[in-house]
Amino acid sequence: MNLRKLALTASLGAVVLSSLATASAVAAEAKEQFFPALVYRTGAYAPNGTPWANGYIDYLKLVNAKGGINGVKVVFEECETGYATDRGVECYERLKGKHGGATVFQPLSTGITFALTEKAPKDKIPLITAGYGRSESSNGAVFTWNFPLLGTYWVGADVAIQYIAKQLGGVDKLKGKKIALVYHDSPYGKEPIAVLEELAKKDGFEVQLLPVAHPGVEQKATWLQIRQSRPDYVLLWGWGVMNSTALREAQATGYPRDKMLGVWWSGADPDVKDVGEGAKGYSALTLQDGADSNSKIVKDILAAVHAKGEGTGPKDEVGSILYMRGLISAMLGVEGVRKAQERYGKGKVMTGEQVRWGLENLNLDQATLDAMGFAGVMRPVQTSCLDHMGSSWVRIRTWNGKKWETTSDWFQADDKTLRPMVMLASGKYAEDKKLKPRTPEECNK
Amino acid sequence: MGFFLETLIGGLMAGMLYSLVALGFVLIFKASGVFNFAQGAMVLFAALAMARFAEWIPAWLGLQGSYLGTAAAFVIAGAVMFVVAWLVERLVLRHLVNQEGATLLMATLGIAYVLEGVGASVFGDDIYRINVGMPKEPVFLFEGIFPGGLLINKEDFIAALIAAVLVGLLTLFFQKTTTGRALRAVADDHQAAQSIGIPLNRIWVIVWCVAGLVALVAGVIWGSKLGVQFSLSTVALRALPVVILGGLTSIPGAIIGGLIIGVGEKLSEVYLGPMIGGGIEIWFAYQLALVFLLFRPQGLFGEKIIDRV
Repeated sequence: MNLRKLALTASLGAVVLSSLATASAVAAEAKEQFFPALVYRTGAYAPNGTPWANGYIDYLKLVNAKGGINGVKVVFEECETGYATDRGVECYERLKGKHGGATVFQPLSTGITFALTEKAPKDKIPLITAGYGRSESSNGAVFTWNFPLLGTYWVGADVAIQYIAKQLGGVDKLKGKKIALVYHDSPYGKEPIAVLEELAKKDGFEVQLLPVAHPGVEQKATWLQIRQSRPDYVLLWGWGVMNSTALREAQATGYPRDKMLGVWWSGADPDVKDVGEGAKGYSALTLQDGADSNSKIVKDILAAVHAKGEGTGPKDEVGSILYMRGLISAMLGVEGVRKAQERYGKGKVMTGEQVRWGLENLNLDQATLDAMGFAGVMRPVQTSCLDHMGSSWVRIRTWNGKKWETTSDWFQADDKTLRPMVMLASGKYAEDKKLKPRTPEECNK
Repeated sequence: MGFFLETLIGGLMAGMLYSLVALGFVLIFKASGVFNFAQGAMVLFAALAMARFAEWIPAWLGLQGSYLGTAAAFVIAGAVMFVVAWLVERLVLRHLVNQEGATLLMATLGIAYVLEGVGASVFGDDIYRINVGMPKEPVFLFEGIFPGGLLINKEDFIAALIAAVLVGLLTLFFQKTTTGRALRAVADDHQAAQSIGIPLNRIWVIVWCVAGLVALVAGVIWGSKLGVQFSLSTVALRALPVVILGGLTSIPGAIIGGLIIGVGEKLSEVYLGPMIGGGIEIWFAYQLALVFLLFRPQGLFGEKIIDRV
């Protein structure tokens, strides 16, 4: 064989090998479901964003450790948003077409959610906003790509007032009372205002609105106003350092912590652990059960991910409140894919549109949750084409100076109050954007 | 009346804390003509060092629960800030002698990013606690005169006292010591200072060390109040209107500016805020500083710069 023939044979061999490699790469790619992860591990909100991100990623690793979603491996890629809306949108644009296309986005920011709500329908990618986002987006007829699963801020505000009424001895005792809302001056913090004002009209209490500018490290003037107006209860709608600062200022101005109630984003370990005894008696809403460090899913993560040295964050964080919320969020996305596969083909990679169908037909009953290891972590969730929330159950937990304790029975948001508000607000959105809401018949197609 | 006084006192005490951070800006600008954008990052870095050494040293030496461990952590954190100052001079400033102010400003922005990144990598990015025994519960004075008494935050009061003492010491240092005079000479003109034998490099190390020490004290006080976390670096944003208002070259200006900003933002939030939606104190501080600048562009106590052409 002369040199020319040798070169020709080698070239042909290389072409065959490379086409084989490409074919196998395509096959491998075809078996990968891409989960982009919009996270914030840096900046002012990192102490709260990091455990959520670790829980989210650890769950995806667990899914892969168990063989993927009916054999389809999960791929994921993080993008740092710093909790900034512009960076969140940039991350969305960067990741939406990668690895064959994004399955679902979960931005962990109401501001970013507001921005992406306009984009997701064009790109046909669902947005899961478990426990945050636009409250009226629970109406799937209008917000066809938003899924505020497990609860919205309107649910939180309604349950907060139900809890206060119970503490006072009945809804009639709310009359004449004053409730202050100390809130993060952002789309997130402003979400509960509509419901509080509606309930104030209905039940006869007064609402005092006290915005706190980002990031919330200076609240002296806010708490001096609280000292002056002496509200009967303070609702805390903060995030990150704003929560612990509020508790410190409450202590410094002598406002009783047992008259303070936070939303579920103001009721995690980073919010109170540094304040310690100073936050004793402070209560917060839970998003579902929230966390159980002895649950089976926690043990599974420790055994299948952390024990193999593949844990995303520190081991002792597994099972904590924000970690579990990230984990639950990832699970909801994965279950959306699994449900979609039941209709469109097991073991296949699902498109955004197919995953939307899956998310609209989620039915995680107690037996399913127990089998998945989520007993004690969350309650059943059942969505539909028109109901994109699926559940509105909340409990209260209280900080005893050292740890959180569950201190109430279950509350469910009052649909009689919230439903008309959701319909009104989503109807106005549809009118503004010139959208034609889906009918139940269209849903069944 | 009682409420107005509470707001006023609260504003004065907050203002003293802003002054403490503003001092870091003033010190470096006064001595080197550099507007140090890294001051907030230095506060965070110093507080992180203090918090983590206060955790590690007692564990290493078996000094749990002892203030000796905290004191040792303070000394070591001070030494860390000395090393930071030395590295800044060696790796950055030495190479930028006689460069434009804008170049030096951009260099400090770079230093800020490096300090934030290195701080998170070395010390971690969780929330850490600094416990220097500051009282957290409030006291109520003159309960006979004002219904409910006059609220005084003991922690803020002690912090304001510490800030005042530090300011006094720094003023003495700048006015009465040879090194202080040398620092001022360098600020006036690098080349002229060098020509009369003032060692520029040593002076820069000294001034960054002093600014690092001020950052450490500010970090300990703010860290004790808020917990040590990334947000500490944003307290520098509270000090910017203070230096704009007080003048970049005046230590008394930083104090008076801090007090005016502190009082102004609290009174505006309480009395003006409810009329225009609240949450105004941050931007109000900048507006207040801008109004002052309209009448005195060099700030309240800044040196008037006259360029002869």
